[in-house]
Amino acid sequence: MSTIFKLAWRNIWRNKRRTLITIGSILFAVLFAIFMQSVQRGAWGKIMNDVVNFYFGYGQIHTKGYWDEQSINKAFEPTDQLQKLEVEGENINAFVPRLESYALAAFRQNSTGVLVVGTHPEREAAMTNLGDRIIEGEYFQTGDKAVVVASGVAENLEIGVGDTLVLVSQGYHGANAAGKYPVKGLVKFGSPDLNKQMVYLPLAVAQKFYGAENKLTSLAIHLKDKEELESTMSFLKSELDTAQTYEVMDWERMMPELVQAREVDAVGGYIILFILYVIITFGIFGTILMMTKEREYEMGVLLSIGMKRQQMGIMIWLEIVMLGMLGALSGMVAVLPFVYYFYRNPVDFGKFSDDMKAAYERFGFEPIFPTALDWSVFWTQAIIVVIITCILAIYPLLKIRKLKPVEAMRG
Amino acid sequence: MAVIKTQNVTKVYNPDTIPVHALNGINIEITQGEFTAIVGPSGSGKTTLLNIIGGLDNPTDGYIEVGGQDISKLSDNELIEFRKNNIGFVFQAYNLIPVMTAKENVEFVMLLQNRPQAERDQRVKELMEAVGIGDKMDKRPSQLSGGQQQRVAVARALAPKPHFILADEPTANLDSKSTANLLDIMADLNQKENITFVFSTHDQRVIDRARRVITIDDGLVISDETR
Ligand SMILES: Nc1ncnc2c1ncn2[C@@H]1O[C@H](COP(=O)(O)OP(=O)(O)O)[C@@H](O)[C@H]1O
Ligand SMILES: [Mg+2]
Repeated sequence: MSTIFKLAWRNIWRNKRRTLITIGSILFAVLFAIFMQSVQRGAWGKIMNDVVNFYFGYGQIHTKGYWDEQSINKAFEPTDQLQKLEVEGENINAFVPRLESYALAAFRQNSTGVLVVGTHPEREAAMTNLGDRIIEGEYFQTGDKAVVVASGVAENLEIGVGDTLVLVSQGYHGANAAGKYPVKGLVKFGSPDLNKQMVYLPLAVAQKFYGAENKLTSLAIHLKDKEELESTMSFLKSELDTAQTYEVMDWERMMPELVQAREVDAVGGYIILFILYVIITFGIFGTILMMTKEREYEMGVLLSIGMKRQQMGIMIWLEIVMLGMLGALSGMVAVLPFVYYFYRNPVDFGKFSDDMKAAYERFGFEPIFPTALDWSVFWTQAIIVVIITCILAIYPLLKIRKLKPVEAMRG
Repeated sequence: MAVIKTQNVTKVYNPDTIPVHALNGINIEITQGEFTAIVGPSGSGKTTLLNIIGGLDNPTDGYIEVGGQDISKLSDNELIEFRKNNIGFVFQAYNLIPVMTAKENVEFVMLLQNRPQAERDQRVKELMEAVGIGDKMDKRPSQLSGGQQQRVAVARALAPKPHFILADEPTANLDSKSTANLLDIMADLNQKENITFVFSTHDQRVIDRARRVITIDDGLVISDETR
């Protein structure tokens, strides 16, 4: 066996130029594939993360039917059971209680529609880093009777820190809602859409404003480890009455369009990879054809002197698979610095194209994407190449099976 | 005792299209220790005959016995096994595997036979010295002259201790000095070790060295003389 391995290895290097060209083409394919996948994963990872972190959280609990209707009339009271689950859920850092509804905001002659989010200031900050988005003034605290306004809203209303914002809306079950709140801070979101509509109040203040004392529209779930999302979701679903009372949704269910967009993009990527690998497959196959053809005489000699077809098959199969592995490995090594560089230095796509910037911002994100440094991307592509070569290497096996020494050696 | 025996061996190539009658009923017997030349003009059927005797090709009809065994009925895998253990081949050229050194080429069949390392080492050394290139052990075929390559091929053919050596025009690509040299070695091995050689040729200088000359033409034995 070690003899066969040794022979296979030496055979690889008998035509150095061709071997290097073949390895080079595999290297390029693997490099391109890994880089592309890393960029794609990185971008989507960032997008998902942004979406989840800027507001939604990895999951939420609502009254059953709330998400479709988004009406304040579906508000619920946090029960003892919910409080108990918050403590018992192993991977639950905290629930962020919120009361959300639309309102009209006004300052002097100006008015605009806003989404008023009543929230627990400290928990909100811990989960969505809202506090870090402050660009002017200060973040609020529990007990404040003040509002934090997105900078776009402030611009529209020409309002500043210290000014008093007027909010008017319809409250819980049709109650009148009106209030005046001093602006304590301005926050900035990457998305102009969000930036033009977010207004935050401390939870108790919002409950009072909407006439929904002690009521919530959602509990956003702040996880300790996002990898444990699924288990946490099933824990909550099993504990809560999801048939009648509550709905427990993860971010994928709350934002199906986003998941779909990611899938469409992934399919596009797969098509490109597929074409790339088809080309590479033909390239490798060309090498195999040449290799098999020019070795025919030699294989005839080997058969004559008593080498079994099986042994010869293993030798040639090993040659081709080693070739594939060498290409895949060198591709992995070659792409690593690129992936790492762009992982550490995310690319700001907004710099290249205003259209792209606009498109991403419409979804609510800044178009600044790092590559994903994900080993599964690396070895998946390597394995694909190795599988391709394993399959292609069957061709010479079929040849060897039918090889007649006399014919092979007649040239 | 006959190491090779053929009875009415015929070979027709392309029986379904344009049939070529390469052998038309060959009856020969070769005994242990012979030094025999199969002689005939190009196209007379020498290669075809040696291939069939060596179990590289099947006859269309007839019976072949090698070392007392009927080989016309062996399966492909049995034939490979049979060749490995019973027959040494020397071809006209390109006998050697280019990625192996001279030593590895000679050792190769013994490796396929799973012979122990010590035995292999000793036999390779012995054989390489017998064919006069004990100093070229680690050279690749491309670093050897044509004559040296053929000597390595003879050593390789001998390595598994076959019943006999079949050599199809082994000197066809050699100059006269290398030809003489290779024949000296073969004759020497034949005499000292009683190794049976059957070789084809149409070179008169080679024919002159043979002790038995079987002449074939058009796939038939036309003369058979022992000197
Ligand atoms: N594989 C083959 N297919 C068809 N004809 C063949 C084949 N091999 C040999 N022949 C023919 O058989 C005859 C004998 O060939 P061969 O045994 O090679 O003769 P020699 O070795 O004496 O030159 C020739 O006419 C040759 O053309
Ligand atoms: Mg011939």
